[in-house]
Amino acid sequence: MEKEKTHLFDKPENVKRLLIIFFSSVILLFVLDFFVHKHAHFPWENWPVFYAIFGFVACVILVLVSRFVLRPLVKRKEDYYD
Amino acid sequence: MNAVLPPFMIFILGAFVIPFLRGRVRSVYVVALPVIGLINLLLIPTDTVMTANFLDYELTLVRIDRLSLAFGYIFHIAAFVTVIYILHVKESLEYVAGFVYSGAALGAVFAGDLFTFFVFWETLTVGSVMLIWARRSKASSAAGFRYLLVHVTGGLTLLAGIVMMVVETGSIHFGYIGLTGLSSWLIFMGLGVNCAWPFLHTWLTDAYPEATIGGTVFLSAFTTKTAVYALARAYPGTEVLIWIGVAMAAFPIFFAVIENDLRRVLAYSLVNQVGFMVVGIGIGTELALNGAVAHACNDVLFKGLLFMSMGAVIHRTGKINATDLGGLYKSMPWTAGFCIVGAASISAFPFFSGFVSKSMVMSAAGEGHMVAVWLVLLFASAGVFHHAGIKIPFFAFFGHDAGHRVKEAPKHMLIAMGITAFLCIFNGTFYKPLYSILPYPALYEPYTLSHVVTQTELLFYSALAFTLLLLSGIYPAEIRAINLDFDWLYRKPLVALSNGLATLLNGMNKVVDRLLVKEFTGAVNDAAIDATARLAWVVVVPFIKNKDNPYPKREIFKKKLDAAFATGTSPVGLFAACAGLFIVMLFVFI
Repeated sequence: MEKEKTHLFDKPENVKRLLIIFFSSVILLFVLDFFVHKHAHFPWENWPVFYAIFGFVACVILVLVSRFVLRPLVKRKEDYYD
Repeated sequence: MNAVLPPFMIFILGAFVIPFLRGRVRSVYVVALPVIGLINLLLIPTDTVMTANFLDYELTLVRIDRLSLAFGYIFHIAAFVTVIYILHVKESLEYVAGFVYSGAALGAVFAGDLFTFFVFWETLTVGSVMLIWARRSKASSAAGFRYLLVHVTGGLTLLAGIVMMVVETGSIHFGYIGLTGLSSWLIFMGLGVNCAWPFLHTWLTDAYPEATIGGTVFLSAFTTKTAVYALARAYPGTEVLIWIGVAMAAFPIFFAVIENDLRRVLAYSLVNQVGFMVVGIGIGTELALNGAVAHACNDVLFKGLLFMSMGAVIHRTGKINATDLGGLYKSMPWTAGFCIVGAASISAFPFFSGFVSKSMVMSAAGEGHMVAVWLVLLFASAGVFHHAGIKIPFFAFFGHDAGHRVKEAPKHMLIAMGITAFLCIFNGTFYKPLYSILPYPALYEPYTLSHVVTQTELLFYSALAFTLLLLSGIYPAEIRAINLDFDWLYRKPLVALSNGLATLLNGMNKVVDRLLVKEFTGAVNDAAIDATARLAWVVVVPFIKNKDNPYPKREIFKKKLDAAFATGTSPVGLFAACAGLFIVMLFVFI
């Protein structure tokens, strides 16, 4: 059988490269935040890296609540309604 | 001027020609129809009103103003790209249903009176349910019926409100209503059903993932957006809408995170996005209403694009559950790319469409100093990136390679997705044309350094959370399972109640039928038939000698007696004598 073409993310080094780019941009944004003047509606928007922390914490809470609170409550077998 | 037609007419009348066409002619016709419609719409000057007389009322069939116009444009574009997307479909049903449905949406947004509006509102339901049933599966047929029941209930609520309002005010004009009395509340709730308000939303997450692949793309564009239009027309600045919208923006994202069916994930995120629009309408300032309308236009595009990419995945692999997918970027790179554009747009990345519209609603909440509203919307913005922005592309096209080696999506699907993706980026980057069709002068400036940096920060740190949770294994693995939602109420307890009542009432019916109709009357009947024979037997038994071998004798006698009564040859004299004797005895002793 013909060997399948190797794709972009089949190589672990490419995945690694992507992660490195991603983590560097995350750090870059963190630093950049201190130099940007905010047009704020609320005082906390001026706290340093407020949006970064909010985004991170929001998603962690979202995932934890979904997984450990909501899923046990609502998960049923696929044929539940049949 | 007289050459123009009411916009809905081109779609709805045009739809009925489709069954007579075949092959290439039909393809050209269906693609040309929305183009002709759009040219017609562009030729009609703003603030045009077309009226017709019906009974004692003057109906305003068409009222074109700035609020309705934005929806009119986007509905034409949505119909255009969707019809290109479904060109592989051989049967006419989907095309006809699609055009009737989108034509009804046009009719509803351009309707100037409540009666016309209601007629198109109901036509929307008919068209859309056909798109669900067109899948012709058991699941789609059941979901279609549930969809129909919910919408008919909503439609009747709306109709009740309209009738009461027309009686109260004497006018059928469709304009600002506001929450005043029962009639306005009924109309409000009727609109709320189509707008997928919390607890009323389950028809959407239940039925959309069951429609045909093109059907879902159609559905995602029209029903909820028509409701958004109607709320913006009749209830701008109604405070309760802010809280309804906040709930809509927040709760579906939790369901989306654990949902396995990727089209259902998108259905939840549709509710979430409409939440932003509803908040905008509730705030009711010019900025907020502009934001609601702009976001509605953008949502039609990016949600359509996401549904198209998932439809292409179904078309090629036959699968849609995250557990069955992964690694498709290898065989469907273009679809993957378009999906990422849709994902970036819904997440409101800079240069993608969501960025220039969602932020208007956020800013309006900020300007109104609505702390809780603003915080929940920010949470929802991070959350939507999480489930629609990352989860959809990641689980379908990347992640674990499920081993599907399929062909890229058909060319016409790629063209449809390409056009939509282009418009998503265009609206996000060159936002002026979009802003120029909004109901109020748009002074909002989305591209400030502050906005770009803070929004990118929010999204990248959401992505960071996703990455870390995934790498650490905390991210919930996709499971082959379904998740209950509020439709459980009418799919289980209500069904059980109905079955229970059926068993109880039918059971009672049966028992009563048996006891009174069959057993009791039968027994009376039987008793009456040989009552005299029995009576006679009771009377004569003491007189029969039965010393030695009583039984044969008694039985022979009984047989004789029965036969005598059955044939009417009983020795009446003897009995008459007995009876007479009996009476005499009574007379003597008592």
